[in-house]
Formats: sequence, structure tokens, C-alpha cells
Amino acid sequence: MSMHPPPKDWFQPPAGPERLWIGVGMIWCIVLFIAMPYAHFMGKQNSTGESYRVDKAAFQDRVTQQVATNKVGEMNGIPIIEPSPGGDVYLQARMWSWYPILKLKKDQEYRVHISSTDLQHGFSLQPMNMNFQVLPGYDHVLTLTPTSAGEFAIICNEFCGIGHHLMTGRIIVE
Amino acid sequence: MTNFLPGRSRQCSTTGLPVCLDAAFFIKANAVFAVVALLVGGIGAILLGLTRWSAVHLLNDVMYYRILTLHGVNMLLFWILFFEVAVLYFACTSPLNSRIFSKKVAWVSVIMMFAGAVLTNIMILQGKGDVLMTSYPPLMAHPFFYLGIILVAVGVLVALYNFFATIYIAKRDKTYEGSMPLVTFGALAAAIIAVFTILHGALALIPTFTWSMGWTPEPDAGWYRLVWWALGHPAQQVNLCAMVAIWYFLASVTTGAKPINETVSRGAFLLYILFINLASAHHLMVDPGLSASWKIWNTSYAMYLAVLASLVHGFTVPSSIEVAQRLKGYKKGVFNWLVKSPWKDPGFSSVVLSALIFGFLGGITGVTIGTEQINIIAHNTLRIPGHFHVTVVGGTTLAFMGLTYYVVPLIFQREFYLKGLARIQPFIFGGGIVIMSIGMSLAGSYGVPRRHYDVEFAGALLPAGFDSAAHFMLGILGIGSIIAFIGLMIFILLTVASVFFGKSLKTAKWEGWQSEAAMAKNREIYFKRDEEYEKATHNVSGTLTLVFILLAAFVVYYFANWKALTDVWFVR
Repeated sequence: MSMHPPPKDWFQPPAGPERLWIGVGMIWCIVLFIAMPYAHFMGKQNSTGESYRVDKAAFQDRVTQQVATNKVGEMNGIPIIEPSPGGDVYLQARMWSWYPILKLKKDQEYRVHISSTDLQHGFSLQPMNMNFQVLPGYDHVLTLTPTSAGEFAIICNEFCGIGHHLMTGRIIVE
Repeated sequence: MTNFLPGRSRQCSTTGLPVCLDAAFFIKANAVFAVVALLVGGIGAILLGLTRWSAVHLLNDVMYYRILTLHGVNMLLFWILFFEVAVLYFACTSPLNSRIFSKKVAWVSVIMMFAGAVLTNIMILQGKGDVLMTSYPPLMAHPFFYLGIILVAVGVLVALYNFFATIYIAKRDKTYEGSMPLVTFGALAAAIIAVFTILHGALALIPTFTWSMGWTPEPDAGWYRLVWWALGHPAQQVNLCAMVAIWYFLASVTTGAKPINETVSRGAFLLYILFINLASAHHLMVDPGLSASWKIWNTSYAMYLAVLASLVHGFTVPSSIEVAQRLKGYKKGVFNWLVKSPWKDPGFSSVVLSALIFGFLGGITGVTIGTEQINIIAHNTLRIPGHFHVTVVGGTTLAFMGLTYYVVPLIFQREFYLKGLARIQPFIFGGGIVIMSIGMSLAGSYGVPRRHYDVEFAGALLPAGFDSAAHFMLGILGIGSIIAFIGLMIFILLTVASVFFGKSLKTAKWEGWQSEAAMAKNREIYFKRDEEYEKATHNVSGTLTLVFILLAAFVVYYFANWKALTDVWFVR
């Protein structure tokens, strides 16, 4: 009785079609759960959230130092850096660009450290469509292996002020 | 026994329920403010839809982000919260045969909420709150932006106190016998979750307010997201509970349905309370600072029991309607009962559309994109608003509209104008939202970001953009938003015109959305509890067919997304 008190004997175990559906639903819900730990161990794409506290200025220093040592060129005035495979890479999110441009090798693994030196930003690699949150004060480490070659755009998909839609970057994979 | 003061109640001639006149006043007040917020948010919605439609691109960048803040705050906070307070005041009085606990408390609540809503809206329109609804620090708004939202939240908390106190006095005065009605139980579940939700809101926004005043240091960005989303997502579970309670209510009023097994329906509400409160995890799946095990555990609690609850309601509501319809003689085949349902009653069509849109589109997409790994290809893309516009708009808002088609004649006691238009309104609005959301979801699957002014990146230092298929989907988004806006305007105009100028029903009898004979039949079926009814509960082949189609769609969509995920670069 939706609008009136139910009869005294309302406490009844589910029966018939209802019990069937609850059983089927529960099995499906358990499948939904198991898929995540399974993919965590077996899958190639995971968001493990590896991250460290980092001071904005300290992160800025690492980025600057990396540009000084690994710079191989420029595009539209923005330095391109080519880090060594297996090594650490620093990518800075700031209002309103991704700095610097990264040049990576296909099928090589990199530890890409991403942090923001101002507001929250959203790392969004296109047209690959991979998305990660970037926060000031957090060094978010993506252990990334590019599996396709080409030029990829990084856009920002977390609102970061009036220039948000102008915030772009590049990853070049050879 | 009732506890109404003399002359402060009346009997509703349509439902037979008592109406507490003091509660009715505050139901009206909150409903009116809700519709005002809906209008403000709705005007924002069409401007945004026509801006995201990249071929139209209506607003400029400053106005786009400002209107986006306005739209989010008015729709997701003010429209929903005002309406929910109205629903709570109804659910704790009429079905319990009780008066409302305190008029004074209700006054305090509505004044605080109104003042807060006005304050925040003024800040947004003055350009002092261009931080979007989520107001993630270090983005900073004017202190009054936060203060307004805090005022609204405290106002809701005061209303919740009134709700719980009314439940207490109804029990104390023995105004009803046995257990409370299911609709009140659902509203109680919503209220309990709302308390958790609002306390988290205070925990997130008060330090943000003091920071904006310069009194305290900047809140940590990750901490704020964790706590803010314990406001942001559980608030949607409040909506969910309120919506499901309305499904049960309107199914009863419009078809005479009652749930086959109250234990199952109540148990499902209990699951919402117990297993949803850290749902903020769904927004933090690709955040730094949280481990994979934290993400996997908090998104599912090992078995997704809140999802199970929705699957259960998705069965119990249609099955109750099916049983009622079959008892009326629509016994042929699997779906004859559904075909012969009172589709001309906007209260009924709203419920069915709301349940179908919520289940088939909202639920399936939500669980899928809330999966830890799959979120990598969904986070902050248009897939996210594509999901929540079919839950909180196509689901909750449509159910609220359906309820309004009964609130105006039964609580405001005014007859609707242009009833023919009202009968098709749920289809226009629901259809528009579905088209818009599909456009959003598909554009998002190409990677198109949400909350983004220009996906052609005109003027960016390094060019970027999307292919024509994504722009085509944005066109579908735009067209859907126009249709939905037309549906919304029909709703608002009819409601406002009827409330203020409609024929008074204080003395006249309301004609109803269905014939008098049909309504009498509904009441007869609703109270029927004999052998014939018991027998009818065993045949729900139509509902079983529907839920297994839902499950099949769910399985296909879910695994298709896992497949899509394997196409992206390796990452861990």
C-alpha cells in the first residue's frame, strides 16, 4: 500500500518472479564488482592513482630543469623535450597551456608526472580519449606506454578560468 | 486517530487522503520557488544547448561559463531542493494522517532557503561566482556565493528537522496504525541520506567560505573534491529516493497499483541508505591521491548493493502497475496491460517515461562510466552530463513534473488550463532530454569535454579539435535541447497560469486526468486484497520481459565499454 499503512503481515520473503529478478540482479552486481579487480591485475589500462605530495615551486623547478636538459626543438614557441624511455617525464598544467611538448617513442614505457602550478586541470589526450585529473599539490604519476604513433593533442577538461578552452598541448609519438 | 487542530485540515475528494492546511501552505511555497528556479535554470539550459551546438555557438566565452554556473546551481540545487522539501512535507503529513510539527520551523526553513538562493544567484549574475557549480578551489568566488549555498543547505536541514519531528508526533499521537506507508518510508530514506549529504556540504563549503574571506588557508584541492562530492553525489541519491517514492505514489493514484511485496520495496530503500553514501568515489576514479583499492571498494562496496536496489525498484514499480492493469481485464499477451494504460494521464506517462529513461539510459550509463578503469575514457567528457541528464532530468525532474500535475489540482486546488497540451508535455520533454543526452554521450565518446566553451579551440597556441562526427553529435545535443526546452516551457507556463489564474477547485469537484469511472476502478483495485489479487501477482510476464531486455542492454553496453578501453594506450 503506497499511500496507506501496509497490512500487518507485510514482512514477507520475496517469492516467484521477484525472487528470480533479485537473484539475477545480485549475480550481475557481483560480476560488475569482480570486473574491476580482475582488470586491475590483468588489464593494461588502469587508474592506480599513484601520486605524491609536491610543492608547486618544486614541481616547476623539475619541469624547468627537464626542459634545459632534454630540449630537442620548438613548436609555436613551446619547447619540445625528448626524455629517455623508461625515465621520468614532467608535464606542467597551468593557465592555459600544457608545458612542454613531449616527444615519446612508441611502445616504450614512461613515468609521466603531471601536476598543476595553479588551478585544477583535466589531462585529456585526443583523439585517444584518455582522461586524468590534475591537481595542484599532487604529483600524479601515469606509467604510460604509447601504443600508437602520431601527433596527439592534450586538451583541458576541468574548468580553469576564462582561458580554459584555449589550453592545449602536444604529445608526439614516433 | 488524527492530531489535526480544528479547522486546519480537509479531506481530498480525489485520493481520500487528509490534507494538513499548514503543510499545504509550505508545500505551495516551496513548489513555487522550485518552479522559479526551474525557469531560471531552464533559460540557462537553452542558452547552453545553443552554445554547445558548435554550428550555432550562441554565447561568448564569459557568458557561457557564467550561465553554466547559473544553470547548474539553479537546477541541481535550488529546483531539486525546494521541490524535495515540498515532497517531504506532503509525505510526512497526508499519508500519516498527521499535522505538520511546526509552522514556525517551516517559516525559518523557507526564508533561509529563499534568501540563500537569491544571494547566490545575484553573485553569479554579477560575475562574482564564475566557478561553476562545483567551485573547486583554488578557483575562488565571492564569499557570498558560498554563503548563499550554505544558507540554502541549512534551510534544508531545518526542513528535515521538521520532517523528522512530524514523523515523531504522528507516531506519538498514533495517527496511523502499524507501519508507515511506503511513500513516507521512501521519503524518510531520502531525508536520512539528505542529512549526511548536507553535513558533507557544510564540511566542504564552510572552509571554502572562510578561505574566501581570508580567514583560513586554501583548502586542499583533493580533500575538497572528496568532501564536496559527498555532497554532490549523495544529493542525487536523495533525488533518487524522492523520485522512486513518487513513482510508487503516482502508480497508485493513476492505476491503482500497489507493490506486490512491501518487504522487497522497503528493503531496496534501506539498501540506498546503507550503500550509497560514499558515492563521491564515482567522481574521483582518475584522481591522484586515492589508491586503486580505495577506488574499487568505494565505487562498489564489493557488490553494488545500491545498484541492486535500483534494479529492484525497476521491477517492483512496473510489476505493481502490471498486476493492477491485468486485474482491470487487460490480460491479453505480454504487453496489452501497458498499451491499455492511462497514457493520457500526464501523472502516469511521466512515471513510466521517468522509469524507462532512468533505467535504460541513466542507470546503465552511470554504472558503466563509474567503473574504475572505464572512467579513463569517460571522465569529464560530455558522457558525464550525458549520463546525469537522463537521471536527474529525464528521471527525477520528469517524475517531479508528473507529481505537479496532481499537486496543482489537489493541493493548490486549481484546475489546469489546456489539459490537452499537458497530456503531451511529458513526451515532448522526455523525448527532448533523451535526444539531447544521446547527443552528449556520443559526442563524449569522441572525447568532447564537458564544461568547455569552444571545441574548435580557435586561437589556441597549439591547434586541436574534433572530427565532423563529434560536431554532428553536438548538433543532436542542440536539437534535443530545443525540444526539451519547449517541453519545459509548456510545463512552466501551464503550471504558473493554473496556480495563479486557474479555476478554483475549493468548491467544485476536480474532473481528473482520467474518467470518473476509471478513477473509481483504480481505487477499487488499490484496496483489493483477495484471492483474485493474490493470483494476479503471479503473472508479471510483461515486467519480466522488460527487465530482462534492460539487463541484456546493460551487459552489452558494459562490455562494449571494456572493449573500447582496450584501444587506448597502456597506463597504470
